[in-house]
Amino acid sequence: MLKVNNISFGYHRDYWIFDEISLELKPGEVLGLYGSSGIGKTTFAKVVAGYLKADKGSIVVDGKTPLQKGRNPVQLIGQHPEKTINPRWLMKQVLKESGDFSAEFLQELGISQEWMQRYPSQLSGGELQRFCLARALVPETRYLIADEMTTMLDAITKAQIWETVLQLVEQHQLGMLVISHELSLLEKTCDRILDFQELSGGSSAF
Amino acid sequence: MTEAISKYWPLKRSGKRNRRKRALVFSGIAVALFLLLIASGFLIGQEGLRVNFDGAFSAPSLAHPFGTDWLGRDMFIRTVKGLALSFWVGLLAAFISAVIALLLSLLLLVNKTLDSLVTGLIDLFLAVPHIVSLILISFMLGGGLYGVVIAVALTHWPRLARLLRAEIMQIKNTEYIAVSRNLGKSWFWIAKHHILPHLIPQLAIGFILMFPHAILHEASITFLGFGLSSEQPAIGIILSEAMGYLSSGMWWLAVFPGLMLLLMVAVFDNLGRNLRKVFDPLKGQKQ
Ligand SMILES: Nc1ncnc2c1ncn2[C@@H]1O[C@H](COP(=O)(O)OP(=O)(O)OP(=O)(O)O)[C@@H](O)[C@H]1O
Ligand SMILES: [Mg+2]
Repeated sequence: MLKVNNISFGYHRDYWIFDEISLELKPGEVLGLYGSSGIGKTTFAKVVAGYLKADKGSIVVDGKTPLQKGRNPVQLIGQHPEKTINPRWLMKQVLKESGDFSAEFLQELGISQEWMQRYPSQLSGGELQRFCLARALVPETRYLIADEMTTMLDAITKAQIWETVLQLVEQHQLGMLVISHELSLLEKTCDRILDFQELSGGSSAF
Repeated sequence: MTEAISKYWPLKRSGKRNRRKRALVFSGIAVALFLLLIASGFLIGQEGLRVNFDGAFSAPSLAHPFGTDWLGRDMFIRTVKGLALSFWVGLLAAFISAVIALLLSLLLLVNKTLDSLVTGLIDLFLAVPHIVSLILISFMLGGGLYGVVIAVALTHWPRLARLLRAEIMQIKNTEYIAVSRNLGKSWFWIAKHHILPHLIPQLAIGFILMFPHAILHEASITFLGFGLSSEQPAIGIILSEAMGYLSSGMWWLAVFPGLMLLLMVAVFDNLGRNLRKVFDPLKGQKQ
């Protein structure tokens, strides 16, 4: 169980982006988080995944607070894949950083072998996103946060990727938090949908 | 029409790049010639340095292009040997200095307290005039080769460290480092795989630019008597000896060694600047 207990975060001391948010995510559950643009969804995702430290509250994963050391069981697939990849690395180095992946697995995610010898600047956003997905999907990962994961993709690729991801989530009993401002996508993919605005008590600022 | 434009644009841009590349090649050749001169400084035997009172104080001639000193020693050979010594002292000091700069700037990754300590140290060293801290450190260490190398090494790192620190700070805050942390990588791993490869051009150019400074500062503290000892064939020693003879019209004793020292400094400085222009590490990104 991924438990988020009353977390608050602000980029500046006098202004919370969100205040006292709590939620629970069970293994095998796909939970949707809906909110309009600029409301703080990405920031929330980064805090839960440990990229940013919450100013108040705690995050408990399967009974433990994730440590700074070691692999985090909560992995984030971000909105801007190009930012999450070292621009000086070949794609095969990018994957290697996370581990070794079988050719079948990569094929399932639609990653072509010839992309391995390219730099991130030589791939499209959607292609990069598949690499981000691949390197997050290792056995140690228990919870996956997908922040606008497929916003930049066309309908067909989008459907393909979601099918693969949902299948993997089911198979490994991962807990998944899907963040989007597209209600229709959330309705198609999620078991339960929360409204970010309501979660943070109707107002994100004071 | 569009074809003409697409052909014209790259040409214009590559023209500028080519000019920079050519400048780099020229400064590379100049440095290579200088290195050859320095290497020959080691190969030349001691014959030219034999004491010969009959030939003392002869003005520059074909036999002695730089003249001879009061013991009749050939000034050209003394100068070349002096340059060779300066070269090694400068190289060693600049290398140690670059390593110090790198290690201290990487402390940024370890923790905040250490980093603010480093920042304070950088500000402190930059606030004190170079030559003062140089003389102080060299004097405390008792001068000599050891004192000079340590003194020059300890005083030249702050500017490079500040540059590297800013660069590391920028990389540290990128999202791919956050991802790397989340994948369980240690700061040591991140420094080695993400940060160091990024820093290498800066580090190399910083080192080459530091090198002429180191040479000049070594020569100046030696000249002032706080550096290498007077038995050593250093340029600083040659120059300070020559001071005594300038009033009696022995201009060649100081002019040629001084000019050669400046030339060596200029040649290496030029190489560093041209390298920086070509690689442009401040804006250098893979397009
Ligand atoms: N690094 C930062 N420093 C300061 N403010 C920031 C920073 N990043 C984001 N913000 C601000 O925080 C607020 C929330 O941003 P966030 O990216 O979390 O929104 P979002 O809900 O993900 O929006 P979108 O749906 O457009 O992705 C915005 O007002 C934004 O301007
Ligand atoms: Mg967002």
